Amino acid sequence: MPAQPARPTDVYFFATCVVDQFFPGAGMDAITLLERQGIRVHFPEEQTCCGQPAYTSGFPDEARKVAAHQLTLFPNDWPVVVPSGSCAGMMKHHYPTLFAQDPVRQAAAAKLSARIYEFTQFLVDVLNFKPEDVGSDCTVVLHTSCSARREMGVHLTGRKLLGDLNHVTIAQQDHESECCGFGGTFSVKQPEISAAMVEDKVKSLKATGAERVVSADCGCLMNILGHAAWKDQQEGRTTPSLPGEHIATFLLRRTAKENAQ
Amino acid sequence: MSARDRILAKLKANAPASAGELPDVAAWYAAHRGEESNADKAKRFRHFIELAHAEVYAVSRGGWLQKLYEVLSAKQIDKLLVAPGTPHGARAQAELPPLGIACPGYDAPIEGWKAAMFNETPASFTAARGAIAETGTLILWPTVDEPRLMSLVPPVHIVLLDAAHIYNTFYEAMQTEGWKDCLPTNSLLISGPSKTADIQQTLAYGAHGPKELVVLMIEENV
Amino acid sequence: MNAPQTPHALHFMPSAGFRARAKDVVENPFLRQSFRGAMDFLMTKRAAQFPDPEELESLRSLGERIRQYNLAKLPDLLVQLETNLTRNGIQVHWAETPEEANAIILGICQKHSAKLMVKGKSMVSEEIELNHAAEAAGIGALESDMGEYIVQLAGEKPSHIIMPAIHKTKEQIAKLFHEHVPGVEYTDNVDALIQIGRQVLREKFEIADIGLSGVNFAVAETGTLCLVENEGNGRMCTTAPPVHIAITGIEKIVEKLEHVPPLYSLLTRSATGQNISTYFNMISRPRQPGEKDGPGEVHLVLLDNGRSQAYADEQLRKTLQCIRCGACMNHCPVYTRIGGHAYGTTYPGPIGKIISPHMLGLEATAGLTTASSLCGACGEVCPVKIPIPDLLIRLREEAFSAPQANPAMRGQGAGHNALISAIWRGWSAVYSSPALYRTASWLASRFRWLTPRRQAGWTSVRTPLQPAPKRLRDLIKERH
Repeated sequence: MPAQPARPTDVYFFATCVVDQFFPGAGMDAITLLERQGIRVHFPEEQTCCGQPAYTSGFPDEARKVAAHQLTLFPNDWPVVVPSGSCAGMMKHHYPTLFAQDPVRQAAAAKLSARIYEFTQFLVDVLNFKPEDVGSDCTVVLHTSCSARREMGVHLTGRKLLGDLNHVTIAQQDHESECCGFGGTFSVKQPEISAAMVEDKVKSLKATGAERVVSADCGCLMNILGHAAWKDQQEGRTTPSLPGEHIATFLLRRTAKENAQ
Repeated sequence: MSARDRILAKLKANAPASAGELPDVAAWYAAHRGEESNADKAKRFRHFIELAHAEVYAVSRGGWLQKLYEVLSAKQIDKLLVAPGTPHGARAQAELPPLGIACPGYDAPIEGWKAAMFNETPASFTAARGAIAETGTLILWPTVDEPRLMSLVPPVHIVLLDAAHIYNTFYEAMQTEGWKDCLPTNSLLISGPSKTADIQQTLAYGAHGPKELVVLMIEENV
Repeated sequence: MNAPQTPHALHFMPSAGFRARAKDVVENPFLRQSFRGAMDFLMTKRAAQFPDPEELESLRSLGERIRQYNLAKLPDLLVQLETNLTRNGIQVHWAETPEEANAIILGICQKHSAKLMVKGKSMVSEEIELNHAAEAAGIGALESDMGEYIVQLAGEKPSHIIMPAIHKTKEQIAKLFHEHVPGVEYTDNVDALIQIGRQVLREKFEIADIGLSGVNFAVAETGTLCLVENEGNGRMCTTAPPVHIAITGIEKIVEKLEHVPPLYSLLTRSATGQNISTYFNMISRPRQPGEKDGPGEVHLVLLDNGRSQAYADEQLRKTLQCIRCGACMNHCPVYTRIGGHAYGTTYPGPIGKIISPHMLGLEATAGLTTASSLCGACGEVCPVKIPIPDLLIRLREEAFSAPQANPAMRGQGAGHNALISAIWRGWSAVYSSPALYRTASWLASRFRWLTPRRQAGWTSVRTPLQPAPKRLRDLIKERH
């Protein structure tokens, strides 16, 4: 383990395009949680997307153009917190290779790479955040994205945060480390296989009997919750059989003082 | 240009300038594999080869023939293919027939008796050159006197192993004995009877080679 | 019994039919369950072989280093291997294409007036479709690995590189044996089925004219061919017939004998979760004077078939590190859902997706590159650390970019679609411009009610994606 970095006073928040457009609540909750730890959170207004969709689809030039823009957004030497293992993985591991032919940008990418933190990783490894659980007993199941697990290697931090909540039980799904089938454009290019994967994933998650699924990646949530809701519609259920949310939202609710009354 | 020259030319045109340092295999084994006592190596060897469905009997340097006889009797085998040009094969051929076990010798090229080898040879007896504790593996180097098919075709293969020749690892065996300079026509590692799991991942023994593998392990304290 | 007469609809299927084939399997609950069970079994067995993560990691690093070292020296090592094999009396042949390889092998067969060739497990022989070519030349080619034998009886190709008949149940195999092997009553007892196969094949080992095998490692410094197997059929094929022909891809070479133990250990533990295979067969010479058995002639055919193309590129060269353990298949959520046949290539699964484009060209395989969620499970378990997801991304680029003048790969640009490329350029323009992005995302939220209810692919099993009424940036502004 590298030495724990010093506790910063300020961080940048790179929301990701999915959070900005589809899960803004998760983004707000992540920011609020960080602020409650006494951190000043800076949201560069000009941020857009890490470029991953084009990159993984085989369009590196298009990805590079988008990534080059993000490189300019974080001038101070503060950590960059990303509420998604997948986008964090892109910025941390693929930016340096993406700019291999461009020494100036590559240097910037390497510097940025060292400052990238996935949200749960930042809470645990940098802030040593110990959530104080004010919620009632509940059982949740945690889905960790493949990028968080294999690219960022931070599959334990989400589990630790949930484990620190005194009234929360973590249910164990079968095939936990298996992909949910999202994979960006994969879900559209190979819809049949992606459908089979998400179907199995939702079955595994539901089979645990957990009240909800939490995840630190909104891409997976979009896929998993989208399928669960579709299935509910198909089968005529009006209440969600598998509710779910970003881990930031869940953590904030469990630790929110106003909930204590 | 021949196919050879074209392939080599393409590769040479694109080969990296340097391959870097030779991979340090020795360092990996030094860091990850210990050296055990002879007794522990014998124990480990036995554990793993038994897991692979072989039978192992500890025998004394002089007493292995008696155990060989007992094993054959228990399996109701009355014919054993031996290698008369080897000391153990000669001894078996001298001492087993009076006990009612025929011991034909592998003393002619296979072409003259292939059908008999495949159809009328229920068991064979060979020595092992050594063994590997880590994986429960016999090392066999077939020779002019003790040919290759002996350890393959008969349904029961009985092997005489001197426990003093068990190495910790495959790597240690090849390095200690300097294999790179002396490999024979054919050398073998054998870690149990023939097996397959090709039907529905169900393990079945006796696929094409021996159905049973018996090791007579000579240990000093037996 | 003669060698089974297989119908020959066995040619490589183009990737064009991939989606349809995949769909057939994912919609078959029986097959889905069966693949899932088989892969779970193999994953559990592998995991049990590597209890210590540090040891696994260091052994994988060593395996990677050994493969990269040997690939870096490949042209020299091939020459060294040829020199030492020749010195040992083993005849070396070179083939650039499957056709050349088949011609070499059949030429040897014809020289010996061979009628029957028994085959040990060799994926390279599948790659060149040797059985097809042999039978066209009037030579029986009989698979002797139990799984391969089953697949051949069924007139199919292997669906997995290590477990060729993994898609079949014992009941299906029982029926196959009953129907195709004369005098065999129906039984689904696995031991009994194996004994039937043993009996049939023993007769063939005894009379075969030629034994064919693959190679797991070819050792340059000693001139030795190493074969890994459990059944003993590989030893039969390389020992009983008077002539042994081995065939291998040019990449399966190591300089030093000491490179073998780490790779061999990684191979069996990763493949089937065995600490070692039953047999490790090292062949250094044909039969020598005085020796009473073994083939009098041993040949090695070295096949390129696109490997030199992969070799030419520093990144793509990593593809050739592969030691064919199949762990990437066993751990792949896509392979687990669709099995091996859907891919339509000799090598299925993740390794198939990255090696097949070099063998068949991207014109036939561009579609396969998209069949991955890039979850990384393959790269995580690869015993020689091939960065399979990165290679897939690279192959997507090669497949979908506009055709270039001197492409690095055959079929580069074969998947190019002007409209798709234009969409990505447009996407890039929007997301690299804060102003455009602000406007576009504002419009998407403002007019979220216009979001289509049917979204290609996505809504077949999911509710439609719909932007939130307010973006995060709006919420942040409102807060202040």
